[in-house]
Amino acid sequence: MKMIVKEEMSLRERMARMRVVEGSYAVAHAVKCCSPDVISAYPITPQTHIVEHISQFVADGELDSEFLTVDSEFSAMSSLVGSSAAGARCYSSTTSQGLALMWEVLYNASGMRLPIVMTVANRALSAPLNIWNDQQDSVGARDSGWIQLYAEDVQEAADAIPQAYKIAEDPEILTPVMVCMDGFILTHVYEPVELLSVEEVERFLPPYRPKNILDPENPKTFGAFADPSYFTELRYMQWDAHRRALKKIETVAREFAEQFGRWYGGLIDTYRADDAEVIIVTMGSVIGTIKDCIDEMRSEGMKVGLVKIRSYRPFPTEALRKALKDADVVAVIEKDVTVGNEGALLTDLKAALYNTPTRIPVIGFPAGLGGRDITVRDIRRVVDKAIAARDRGIEAEIEFLNLREDLL
Amino acid sequence: MKEIRFHGRGGQGAVTAAEMIAIAAFEDGRFSQAFPAFGVERRGAPVLAFARIDDKPIRMRSQVYEPDYVIVQDVTLLDVVNVAGGLKPDGKIIINTDKDASAIKLNTEADVVAIDATRIALETLGRPIVNTTMLGAFCGATGEVKLESLEKSILTRFPGSLGEKNIQAIRTAYERVAR
Repeated sequence: MKMIVKEEMSLRERMARMRVVEGSYAVAHAVKCCSPDVISAYPITPQTHIVEHISQFVADGELDSEFLTVDSEFSAMSSLVGSSAAGARCYSSTTSQGLALMWEVLYNASGMRLPIVMTVANRALSAPLNIWNDQQDSVGARDSGWIQLYAEDVQEAADAIPQAYKIAEDPEILTPVMVCMDGFILTHVYEPVELLSVEEVERFLPPYRPKNILDPENPKTFGAFADPSYFTELRYMQWDAHRRALKKIETVAREFAEQFGRWYGGLIDTYRADDAEVIIVTMGSVIGTIKDCIDEMRSEGMKVGLVKIRSYRPFPTEALRKALKDADVVAVIEKDVTVGNEGALLTDLKAALYNTPTRIPVIGFPAGLGGRDITVRDIRRVVDKAIAARDRGIEAEIEFLNLREDLL
Repeated sequence: MKEIRFHGRGGQGAVTAAEMIAIAAFEDGRFSQAFPAFGVERRGAPVLAFARIDDKPIRMRSQVYEPDYVIVQDVTLLDVVNVAGGLKPDGKIIINTDKDASAIKLNTEADVVAIDATRIALETLGRPIVNTTMLGAFCGATGEVKLESLEKSILTRFPGSLGEKNIQAIRTAYERVAR
């Protein structure tokens, strides 16, 4: 809370440091400030502007990196696996079908404990073909062993890049990180952003000095083969690194706030949730709209609050248990659906509460799929449904928000 | 908070216009946001862009449904798009047309501002690209951004003689509309 107050006080001061830039530019600029050795990416909407800006920085000599123009996302991630194993700080960015094409290499990167950082410009997965935003792509990769951070606005998506490297490259963690930002909504918006500088980031992020790298003088192998007598332990060690990351993500967020005065929460953040009867849980750019809606409802005397998931993997089980223990009802809004079950975040959240004394209704709303807009009116409807679930019991555990019955 | 909706056709620079307003408003010391209604961009197809201006940081991410101001870059859109949809009764709609405002029939109580931006653009830029000219008209009709801030944002985006010509177009439109 202290950090939030500090932020409010220096708003005018911060404005003097801001520039109105496109979200993709702010992210590319943050990447530049982290001075990655190797960047490998394949352009795909709505990620394209990010890699265009980065390749411009390289072409202009502002960023001394190897920029690999590859033939596919599969090659993009594969080339980074090799580069990272050779000791390079690596970056990529992708979305949707591109992320899907990387699939098996995602597991290789995390299994080999390579601290690659990648921005996912969240977009729906085909079919039918849809270039617009939802989070089905990265949510589908939740089990790939990557840490996943979700950004609320452009500033957070940019600031998460140096934080991601600091988390990923920690010798106790050594796990790749996806920074997820809503495609178009955040990649293509122009808004005021405080751009980082190389000098500032160098003070925050130590150079990458890996102990184990591919080295002809000292031959080693990465990710080659593990038979049943070893495999479980290697998975356990990944799982355990994520457990350590729970603390590391919080620590790094705090260190960032101390140096830069910007705080987005650690694993989670809360908004007017302390005395809230109804709590909305969500992640990504819809949070801004929800905050405005909460202010509106609060002024009408409704006790509504928000819990923002910043780290989806590792999942912030303990933090959520604490944040939700005094609520009457929880509504999950998420831009994905597990066909055959329910929203992935809804399942995760209910599982987190199950072995606790907290027995409250938890209902879920897949929303904004394939880019459908989410408005204040929609958020109000979710809150109405949550109140009804509290007062009269759960009618439906899951409801697609704004489903057009006329099209069914 | 003031909300603005831009109607244009692909290639007319509606998104750039939204961006210019956001930069100009921030230059004035206010917070701003600009974004396109993301479509599959094709030259000539109807496109939408939005901007918001406020005295405090802007968190809202939904599209704009009840704008304070609407800017229509191409008068032929009036036949295919409900450009005045949701426009606030005390708002303003600024239309690029060679007709008089009174000749334009729209389903709105809001003020209709007519400006022959195509002619101004042809005379000053030599090309019928009206996005910057329309910003001059917006600035003159609403006063939401300062003319000098708008000019500064144009010069940052289009340095050199192209920027200078655009500024000339903006001033012409501004003077024609401002009272």
